[in-house]
Amino acid sequence: MIDWAVVTESLPAFAGGLRVCLGLLAISLATGLLLSVPLAVARVSRHRPLAGAVWVYTYVFRGTPLLVQLFVVYHGFAQFPALRESMLWPLLREAWFCAWLAFALNTTAYTTEIFAGALRATPHGEVEAARAYGLQGWRLYIRILLPSAWRRALPQYGNEVVGLMHATAIASTVTLVDITRVARDVYANSLLASEAFGTAALLYFTLTFTLVGGFKLLEWRFLRHLRPQRPTPAHAH
Amino acid sequence: MLHGYGPAILGGLWATLGVAAASLALACVFGLLGAVAKLSGVRALRWAAEVYTTLIRGLPELVLMLAIFYGGQTLLNSLAERHGWALIEIPPLAAGVGTIGFIFGAYLTETFRGAILAIPRGQAEAALACGMRRGQVLRRIVLPQMVRHAIPGFANNWLVMVKATALVSIIGLDDMVHRANLASAATREPFTFYMLIAGLYLAITTVSILALSRLEKRFSLGVRAVTF
Repeated sequence: MIDWAVVTESLPAFAGGLRVCLGLLAISLATGLLLSVPLAVARVSRHRPLAGAVWVYTYVFRGTPLLVQLFVVYHGFAQFPALRESMLWPLLREAWFCAWLAFALNTTAYTTEIFAGALRATPHGEVEAARAYGLQGWRLYIRILLPSAWRRALPQYGNEVVGLMHATAIASTVTLVDITRVARDVYANSLLASEAFGTAALLYFTLTFTLVGGFKLLEWRFLRHLRPQRPTPAHAH
Repeated sequence: MLHGYGPAILGGLWATLGVAAASLALACVFGLLGAVAKLSGVRALRWAAEVYTTLIRGLPELVLMLAIFYGGQTLLNSLAERHGWALIEIPPLAAGVGTIGFIFGAYLTETFRGAILAIPRGQAEAALACGMRRGQVLRRIVLPQMVRHAIPGFANNWLVMVKATALVSIIGLDDMVHRANLASAATREPFTFYMLIAGLYLAITTVSILALSRLEKRFSLGVRAVTF
């Protein structure tokens, strides 16, 4: 039933698609992590205008489809002659740059809310104990609040990473040759749907379960203190 | 400012809402079937539901949509060829609603399963003791009480699903995104039109959040809230 020649012939193209998918995922995630930590701190801060501004950003980016965000960046900015003649244009013309910008802004919005939720869930006592030890300001955040929130956020952050990996398929709509684009090309050339999309599905499936497994390991490591402890054997005298 | 494309975009908004509403109805059917299958005593059903949710949640929506759209068409073509039927073309609307409903049915399966498990066991046991049959217990006791527990997860899925409907433009459905594509190409003002539909999606999200929080209040009338 399955035309294996089509599958093997397209494997190099799929390998290239895999690289694009992983590359886009990596740079978007790195940017997202870097931006979302300070934004989450701002989101939970008592400074109302600051917290409000971050809320507006996350609300807008979480309330609109990523596909539309990508189109605004990739197709939309070309509308303005001032932008087309600016120094930014060589970057904004690139599908890679646009995809990175849209994906990073999108995942930052979701990650900011995840971290902000985890920060809000900090047990009272942890903050009080830290204050009693004289920790204040950014030290309190770096040493106590953020590491503690990171642990609570880990399972949800794992979901976001898997979600973003799936979302990279949308980059295929702006000329990036990712796994999905390769599958569509293979289908267009061969008209064999199971070979084209089956291979892509297998790749995405493998990636999903690798990521899920990786986050299980991270949780095992970071949530060690929550594991049931093996009772210590009684000392034999 | 919109060069007369306003009504076309608004028409696209109705198409988007129509696809979303129809997909939601279908997703609820798949979700309920999946949840009941996952909780049933029949091992084959449990396995089938497990395969369904794992498979769907492991793949990007766009890939599933393309696979079902093109794969379904290929399957229909070969069936038609074998049996000598006339060629049937899947209409994009059916493909879009079918795939989105099928995908979000998997997510709703988990929501509904959790909601059913949140109902105290005694409820179903009491109904059985009163002499109700299993179907009656499900219809009269379990499902009405499940709604309250399902609303938060349901709300979340609906919000994600509305945004996922933007993808149906890729398989040729004439929705809001597709209309914006056409208007941008004709007027060379892509920013205006994509920002416009982004605003409309945001409006759908906002109205949904408000409506769903009222719905949650309505279904929690009989439950005393915890005050801290």
